Formats: sequence, C-alpha cells, structure tokens
Amino acid sequence: MKARSALLLGSLSAALVAFALTSPRVIAADKVDPVADAKAFQNFFFQKFPNVTHEDFVNGPYSMNEDMKRQWQEKEEFPPYEFALDAGKEMFSTPFKNGKTYADCFPNGGIGIRQNYPYFDTKEGKVVTLELALNRCREANGEAPYSYVKDEMASLTAYMAFTSRGKPMDIKIPDDPRALAAFENGKRYFYTRRGQMNFSCASCHVQSPGERIRAETLAPALGILNAMPIYRSEWSGMGTTSRRFVTCNSQTRAVPLEPQSDEYRDVEYFLSYVANGLPISGPGARP
Amino acid sequence: MKRSLALAMLLAVSLAPSARAANEADYKAAYAAAEAASKEAAGMRNQWTVTVSTLAAAKKAADGGDFDRAVAASKEAEALARASIVQATSEKEAWKAMEIR
Amino acid sequence: MASSIRVRATANGDITEVQALIQHPMDTGLVKDSKGEVIPAHFIQQLKFECNGKDVFVADWGTAVSKDPYVKFSFKGAKKGDELKISWTDNKGASDATTAKIA
Repeated sequence: MKARSALLLGSLSAALVAFALTSPRVIAADKVDPVADAKAFQNFFFQKFPNVTHEDFVNGPYSMNEDMKRQWQEKEEFPPYEFALDAGKEMFSTPFKNGKTYADCFPNGGIGIRQNYPYFDTKEGKVVTLELALNRCREANGEAPYSYVKDEMASLTAYMAFTSRGKPMDIKIPDDPRALAAFENGKRYFYTRRGQMNFSCASCHVQSPGERIRAETLAPALGILNAMPIYRSEWSGMGTTSRRFVTCNSQTRAVPLEPQSDEYRDVEYFLSYVANGLPISGPGARP
Repeated sequence: MKRSLALAMLLAVSLAPSARAANEADYKAAYAAAEAASKEAAGMRNQWTVTVSTLAAAKKAADGGDFDRAVAASKEAEALARASIVQATSEKEAWKAMEIR
Repeated sequence: MASSIRVRATANGDITEVQALIQHPMDTGLVKDSKGEVIPAHFIQQLKFECNGKDVFVADWGTAVSKDPYVKFSFKGAKKGDELKISWTDNKGASDATTAKIA
C-alpha cells in the first residue's frame, strides 16, 4: 500500500517536472512561429490582391499594373540582364588560380540551388546568403572577394538564379533557437521604422504595393527577393539583394548598414522564408 | 510620432539664435554634444543621413570661421540625432503594431 | 569576348521584325565619377543594319540614347534565311559588327 502510493507520488512528480521542462518551450514556440507568420504574410497579400495569381507576385510591380506588365513582357523577349547573365555564366565556369571553380563550393555544382538560399548555418550560428557564400568561396580559394552590390556579384547571382528559375523558394528553419532568433530579428528589422522619413520596409512594400512613390510603382514584399538580382533602368545596371537593402535604407534617409551585416542577412532570411513556395524568377528587370 | 519629431526639431532650431556672435568655444561645445548624440544613434544602428551631413556642414562652417552658422548646424545635428534616438527607442516595441498576423 | 551586339530577326510574310540589344556605356560627358572627375563622352555615333547589300536602318545617334541601347524596327523585302549585317561605330573610333540569319 505504502509502496504503491510512493510510486504514484513519484510518477506524479515526474510528470510535473516534465511539464515544467516542456512548458517554456511551448511558450517560446508560441512567440516565434515562422510557419504561422509565413501563412499570415502570404494570406495578407492574396486577400489584398485577389486578382493576382500567386506565382505572379514574384514579378513585383508588374503584377500590380497591367500597362507596365505589357511593356515588360515585350522587354523580356530581349531582357537587359542578358549581358550580365552571359558574363556570369562565363565567370562561373572559369577556374580560379588554384584550378577549382565555384561549382566545387556548392551542392549540385551550384546549378538550380538558388531557392535554398539564404540558409541557416548551424555551425556558424548565422544566416548565410548566396552572395556571402560566393565571396567565401572566392576567399577559400585565394581570390579577393567581390563588391556585394553590383557588377561581378550580380552577374554570378544572375546566372545562379537563372538556372533555378521556376523552382519554388524552399527556405528551411532548423530546430535551433538561434535560427528562430535570426528569423525574429529579420522580422523586427523589416517592420522597424528608421531614417528621417520614418519609414519601415513594410511602409512601402506591405501597406502600399501597387501605389506610386514618385514615378515608381511599389512592389509587394511577398516574393520580392525571388526576382533578385535585378537590372534596374534607374541604376542602368544590375544590382544585388544587398544593393536593394542599401538603397532602400538611404532613400528613407537612414545610413545604410554594411552589406551582409547581421541585420541584412536576417531580413533576407525572413523575407525569403515567408515567400516559400513561390517560384524563383530572377534575374529580373525593373524600371 | 512624425509630428512630434518635427516639433522637437523646430524647437531646437528656434532656440539656437543667441544675442552675441558665437565663438570657437561655443562651437566646440555644441559640436561635441552633437557628435556624442550622433554616436549614440549610430550605436543603436539608427543613424540618419541628415545627421551626418549636418555635422559635416557644421565642421565646414567652423573651418571657414563662421561660428554662428557652425553652432546653428551643430545644434540642428544634435536635434536630428536626438530624434533618431527617440525613434529607435520607441520602435523597440512599436514595430509590432505593423506586423502582419 | 562575346559580341557587343545581340540580334533577333524574324520574317513574318513580307515583313521582317528586328530586335537588337547593344552593349555600350553611352556616356554623355556630363556625368562625374565618384572622384568628381568628368567621365568623357563615349557614345555610338552610327548604327547600321544592312540586308542583301542595302541599308535597311541607319541611325545617327548622340548622347541622348541610353546605356546598352535597345532597338526594334521592321522592314519589307527580306525573306527567311537572308543575312542581316549589323554594325556600329562610336566617337572614339571603336566599332563592332555581327551578322544574323533572318528566322
């Protein structure tokens, strides 16, 4: 009798201990829930623009404006990023001084893998973007890194995106509190107002896609990175994801961060994750 | 929010003019205060481009010997930097209001 | 080095539609670089399309044309398989030429 009650008490307390151990995790998961966030994010845009097909969001402002779309479709027959694409293809296959190539640094030889970037590196404990991985590949092979914003970097990412066109974005968040923290930090960066203009990324790309800001039509945040890198007529040249973040910041009169700083890596992680399932459309052409 | 920032800036600017002409010591004090505020903003990862350019304008005016203008620009830069600090502080929580849920 | 000219010409009945993209900086001479020095003018002065020994499109260009210009036009009197010759010369004396088969 005594033994039995002791057993009961023991198992009860064990259950209590187990509950105490699991409950903080339940609360933590409640707070950062990327799956629910992505669903809400996508639904917001799908409901705001019921006439835009889901895959069309990756075409940025062209999904919002019929006239622009027709002009763009004509342009796509002879896209302005073609020179960069050819240059990127050549650079990608040209070996480094040590005889290795970019293909040696990436899974599947770097072909058709754009949709998996950025990813969370559990060893480093940080987000690794495609641009970062490319420069790390160069440095590991004794080459000087490229500028993150344009030219060579844009050509290389253009080629890698091109080989991945149509593949659905497939960003994973590993079971690691640091990955969740990176996602949350990216989300915070996306919604935080900054600069003298007091704008957040969301002020334009969530509240006002399809509206004009001066002569430009704003692109929706959903799928905005699927089209990177882009040829912008305004820049009369190619620009990378890093360049997009830097110029957005300075347009709100905020001093931009260093390309590939933690915040930019995290916001790229957040924006890519919430666009999971939408096809890669890069390289893109934008006015 | 926006309006209160503008108001803060206006206030700071309107307080700037003083009866006597400013000298180098006035400028140095005003500039040091502005620089400290701007460093604090940069530390919060929320520096404004206008703070940087106004600080540069203050320095340029002082180098040219125009201390009235240099002091005025320093005070404006300080007000801008303070406004960016207010923004960064309030956004620590306020960003959540924008979030899509 | 790949050609600086991309061309696509397609015959549709009597009409041939031509699209071309040319890689060229098209500097106006009015822009300064990051060091504040003027970038000298560098632009295509003449662009020419020839087909069967005849000029079908000749453009005298200046600095008002954008970087990496794109041209689209159509003409009559060519058929599938004819050769189209495209050439440009710029104000520094540089030039490039290529040929394309009308598809």
